[in-house]
Amino acid sequence: MTVPGISARHHTLSVLVENKAGVLARVAGLFSRRGYNIYSLAVAPTDDERFSRITIVVDVESAPLEQITKQLFKLVNVVKISELDPADSVERELLLCTVRAEAAVRSQVIELVNIFEGRILNVGHEELTVSLDGTPQKIDDFEALLRPYGIVELQRTGRVALPRLERQAPRLRSLKGKAG
Amino acid sequence: MKLTGAQALIKSLEMEGVEVMFGLPGGAILPVYDPIIDSPIRHILVRHEQGAGHMAEGYAHVTGRPGVAMVTSGPAATNVVTPLCDAYMDSIPLVCITGQVPLSAIGSDAFQECDTTGITMSVTKHNWLVTDAQDIPQIIREAFHVATTGRPGPVLVDVPKDVSNSMMDWYWPDSVDMPGYKPTTKGHPKMIREAARLIGESHRPVIYAGGGILKARAAEALRELVELTGIPVVTTLMARGAFPDSHELCLGMPGMHGNYTAVTAMQRADLLIALGSRFDDRVTGKVDAFAPDARIIHADIDPAELGKVRKPDVPIVGDCRLVIEELVRAVQALGGREAQPDRTAWIAQIRDWQRRYPLTYEQSQDGGPLKPQFVLETLRDNTPADTIVAAGVGQHQMWTSQYWRFDHPYTWVNSGGLGTMGFAVPAAIGAKVGKPDRMVWAVDGDGCFQMTAQELVTARSERIPIKVAILNNAYLGMVRQWQEMFYEERYSEVYLSPDLPDYVKWAEAMGCVGFRVETPEDVLPTIEKANEIDDVPVVIDFRTDSGEKVYPMVPAGASNDDIVVDPTQGEGGH
Repeated sequence: MTVPGISARHHTLSVLVENKAGVLARVAGLFSRRGYNIYSLAVAPTDDERFSRITIVVDVESAPLEQITKQLFKLVNVVKISELDPADSVERELLLCTVRAEAAVRSQVIELVNIFEGRILNVGHEELTVSLDGTPQKIDDFEALLRPYGIVELQRTGRVALPRLERQAPRLRSLKGKAG
Repeated sequence: MKLTGAQALIKSLEMEGVEVMFGLPGGAILPVYDPIIDSPIRHILVRHEQGAGHMAEGYAHVTGRPGVAMVTSGPAATNVVTPLCDAYMDSIPLVCITGQVPLSAIGSDAFQECDTTGITMSVTKHNWLVTDAQDIPQIIREAFHVATTGRPGPVLVDVPKDVSNSMMDWYWPDSVDMPGYKPTTKGHPKMIREAARLIGESHRPVIYAGGGILKARAAEALRELVELTGIPVVTTLMARGAFPDSHELCLGMPGMHGNYTAVTAMQRADLLIALGSRFDDRVTGKVDAFAPDARIIHADIDPAELGKVRKPDVPIVGDCRLVIEELVRAVQALGGREAQPDRTAWIAQIRDWQRRYPLTYEQSQDGGPLKPQFVLETLRDNTPADTIVAAGVGQHQMWTSQYWRFDHPYTWVNSGGLGTMGFAVPAAIGAKVGKPDRMVWAVDGDGCFQMTAQELVTARSERIPIKVAILNNAYLGMVRQWQEMFYEERYSEVYLSPDLPDYVKWAEAMGCVGFRVETPEDVLPTIEKANEIDDVPVVIDFRTDSGEKVYPMVPAGASNDDIVVDPTQGEGGH
């Protein structure tokens, strides 16, 4: 089984929301009741404690992106939505993985972690827990290479992203700006 | 000034100008009911919480002001879910206050606890769980702001019992601070100019007026636009009365049970000017086959409606009244009436459809069954022109929309989007409370009436003299019609009996006057008797023909081109 990676059907929305109780439920509930699919979702407070940022990777085969963002924007606690084009943004994801690493293959696993500039977080007799942060594509590759050794447990955080600061102004495509 | 949370809540409602609220007390909301005794707000005690919600909707429909309902926690909160969803679908401003178990008990499966904000999240525009009495004025202010601005809708404020009981320092906020809520009201000038240009190029335009016209108080502006451009108008189920039926350019209701001309004019149009309408499936029929040659101008205050069903050529986000007023100016700037193309062929085509396919039924006068349409025409012709009519959902609702002549805005109260059976009686009560000087008739089906009739007890005890016309055909009529047409007349679970219950006795038991009408000759005299009674509610049990069907009809999922007209009018066709 292969893990689906970045594809044309996936779009990253960076959603600035008021940091209030129940906001995540409102966002998730909107997706489920309108039949939209979430591919991944990451949420955490921003530097301004009044707001949190939800990074949602949506599967746009379930609905046109425009309709998703418009419905999302109707939520009273949603302040701003930006679509982050992978070409114009910095994306990162974190992976934690416990992988089989018996003595015979342990050095191979360690070498793989080193090549990817990952870290070994925990060592057992026959298993290692490793971490890797990077682009979703890099995480996909790493995961695929670890898989033959035997993945015991694996957890990915889902993508977080910010607009890229290159050349001129950041090309953050603001779909709508309530907080104009 | 120190107040309890409960006192602050009632005082906040007073600050918002609330004059009447509909509700029913219970454990968790008890503290809030105490200050009601000292408040000028009129509280109407309902017999079921669903009634409170629908009454608040009826009140909001006819007054344009937010309806307020207040109920306790748990089962009371779940009982108002239906009206909340109804109001959400039809964009009715509603503020619902619910009691909640004390904060410390939330999540413990306490007595009469339910996750009210969770349950109502998807049927409200927004909701709040109050966790500090000090927040109450701010939250009530925000709640009314959200309910009444932008696309109106229901909101809910859930108030735990310990919050209502705790003390706070009274204040009234000058403003709301909602960084994520800033509705766009003014249409984009470029889009409005583009719309005016498209109008000036079209030879077969139709204005597709929706409920947003009424929400935006835009009926006058619409009339100005129509008279400037000479473009015919269809008024959707939610927009009946937004443009007068007696106007020569009014084509009436489109959609599944719309009249032939309204449906077909949209199908053949080269331009649809959708104003506050949302391309509902009951209007479009099969979307792919809907108005295939039409370019679309779509103005709505909710940006998510633009392109949701049909991609507009000219999308305009804004308040309907402001947009139409700007559109009128833009059309004038392009030369006004004189610059409009010659549309005599289009109008002649429309007149031909109207002549060939009018709404039709036949009332035999010699012992034949009583036709529901005859009842409605007689009622229509013997009540004041500004009578408010409320309907439930089903055949009687469609006949009322078809046969009534709506010449005034805010005279039609019905459940369009959700299709809530049982809406009529409580909604009519709320409407009568909002407009006590107007005659208010609920036209109801026998199936609908049985769902919420107990609110006539409320009407009698609170001296709200509404009138109810039950079109009693002894069936769940619309379902029966579908079973007849699409299930080979296999009638499954649709028979209700004309005599059980005895509607006259039931009405009398609830303190109302009850009449029964079985023949065409008795229709007018009985309506006249009912109209003379203005101190108690009246119920008339009209025994109507159970075989009568609503025509025209576009079968579910079919193209509007496949409209089925009354069998006496042949095959239809274009």
